[in-house]
Amino acid sequence: MLLLTQYTLIFASVLLLVALGGCISEHSGVINLGLEGIMVVGALGGALVMRSLGTTSALVMVLVAMLAAALAGMLYSCLLGVAAIHFKADQTLVGTAMNLLATAAATVFVKAMNTAANPDNHSSEIEYIRARKMFIVNINGFEFNWFMLVAIIAVVLVYFLLYKNRLGLRLMACGEHPQAAASVGVSVYKMRWTGVLISGALGGLGGLCYILAGVSVWKFENGVAGFGFLALAVMIFGQWKPTRIAIAALIFGLFRALSNTYTGFPFLANLNLPGNVYNMMPYIVCLIVLAFTSKASHAPKAEGIPYDKGSR
Amino acid sequence: MKKILKNEGVQAFVASIICILLGLLIGYIVLLFINPSGAGESIVNVIKNFFTWSRPQSQMKQLGNTLAKTMPLILCSLSILFSYKVGLFNIGCAGQYVAGACASLYAGLAWGWGWLPCMIFAIVAGALLGGITGLLKAYCNVNEVISGIMLNWIALYTSNTLLTNVKETASPYTLYLDKTNPGAILPTLGLDKLFNNNSNVTIAVPLTIVAAVVIWIILSKTKLGYELKATGNNRNAAKYAGMTQNRNIIMTIAISGALAGLGASLLYQTGYMRWECTQSSVPAMGFNGIAAAFLGGLHPLGAIFSSFFIQHITDGGQYVNTNFYSSQISDVISSVIIYLCSFVLFIKLTMKKMLAKSDEKKGAK
Repeated sequence: MLLLTQYTLIFASVLLLVALGGCISEHSGVINLGLEGIMVVGALGGALVMRSLGTTSALVMVLVAMLAAALAGMLYSCLLGVAAIHFKADQTLVGTAMNLLATAAATVFVKAMNTAANPDNHSSEIEYIRARKMFIVNINGFEFNWFMLVAIIAVVLVYFLLYKNRLGLRLMACGEHPQAAASVGVSVYKMRWTGVLISGALGGLGGLCYILAGVSVWKFENGVAGFGFLALAVMIFGQWKPTRIAIAALIFGLFRALSNTYTGFPFLANLNLPGNVYNMMPYIVCLIVLAFTSKASHAPKAEGIPYDKGSR
Repeated sequence: MKKILKNEGVQAFVASIICILLGLLIGYIVLLFINPSGAGESIVNVIKNFFTWSRPQSQMKQLGNTLAKTMPLILCSLSILFSYKVGLFNIGCAGQYVAGACASLYAGLAWGWGWLPCMIFAIVAGALLGGITGLLKAYCNVNEVISGIMLNWIALYTSNTLLTNVKETASPYTLYLDKTNPGAILPTLGLDKLFNNNSNVTIAVPLTIVAAVVIWIILSKTKLGYELKATGNNRNAAKYAGMTQNRNIIMTIAISGALAGLGASLLYQTGYMRWECTQSSVPAMGFNGIAAAFLGGLHPLGAIFSSFFIQHITDGGQYVNTNFYSSQISDVISSVIIYLCSFVLFIKLTMKKMLAKSDEKKGAK
């Protein structure tokens, strides 16, 4: 039970961070389907820091790795910003390209790095056993991960940013009716860039959190198994509102955690279902939830539509 | 010269060529960064693919293998472009491809069906999976990209579970189709003789070309295609004009899924590939279909050439110098090409502006 709670909370943190990223980006009017790719790049940034930082204190390690992941994610999200904000590109296509590129580029990069260090090593793995321990505080068998705290802070910050702040209101105006926002002197380009960059940072953090969730070695060929898209589903289920997204993330986190821990529950193990059923669970739940919640959509009105100064 | 450049098709072609060249350039730069000494040779090998073999017989044989994998890619890109024309982004194509592979292999290995029933079963499986996405979109307003991705994973894990029943005991791979049930292998129609007895070149080639032409005719010459495109351009207007939009949405993704399912059966029923029952990621074929569809200018006949090109460099990836580089460099190149394809609209606009400007100058003179 303790293990289930632990996994639920850590996977919920991943989903929460990434979903909040998607939420801010969509409120500014840009659909960020590239979150999956941003997660991979963020994870890579964090993993590189964890690998190269030698003996440091836990505090420095945690902060620097998180910073690196967020920066890597922000940098990568510029690909979306440039194409979607300035070149009026199809945002679905750009996002898809970013997802494919991130996995391929990360694989090539890590393999080249491993091969340069040791000519016989052609794997795409980075190992971070020691660094991972620094992220974790053991409380009576419960492994508290600093990312759980970060996720809670992120919800609070995003809530205040969106609803209690001038910047947030302007940002949301650009996602609802950009021409109206522009008519009162708000720079739509600036607001959309803000949205995309913040979502990049949160996505990158989520990526690092994901690879720290259960293992100490990450194989970059595998990407992040659709978690970026699960996070988007969490965001839709949460109706683009930070607090509801937090609840949605917990529900999805629970189902994801089951696939790691079902063998520990006698009544689940007795059902004798193949492990693949539990692997499928989060995706199936996601589809069912979406089927019931998408009808009355509270999506920002202008999301996905390139901003055109001249149109009314 | 200018007259030619004003043609929409030529503009699309030029834009695609620009994307390809930039993609290759970026791939080359990446190789240079990793290790400058072998970069030139490796990028040339990626472009040469089967030409890296010296004997013409081996070249033909390797070309045959590339062709065998190009056919499913063409069908996947047809699947993507068909739904895109109707305003739907069918990223679930990858999962529909998986469903097709699972259906054809299972029917062939477990039930001993012949090649045609197996193929039809694969088409139906793909169409059904696509139909789910369509139903969700039409009646529950679920974004087709997200439901597509979810169904991709569901299809992958379901196939892994089902195909475990027909796998070899010692390995995670399914049984050899050509040894277990030769009747399920696609007939070659003598095409194998052209490629140095490469039995992977089959009836798939003519079937795929026919499919491309049929899709082209449906989209541009029939009432159905017109209605579908109208629904894509403006849902409400189409509804107002008396077109049943829900039916159109479901039918579109179902057809799209059928194409992907057919593609899978055309590859797995050659016996060239076997399914790995422990694979943890969705096969890339469906995603590469996106690249091919956009690179081909979203035209069914363009898709034939762009698919061949994408498969050509993907296969070429294995000829890089693996002492320094990895074959995934070709995935980098093709994903950069997809990214650049999102600028195609901008490239075309710039071309039009430049042409208009030079016309103006002429007028002033």
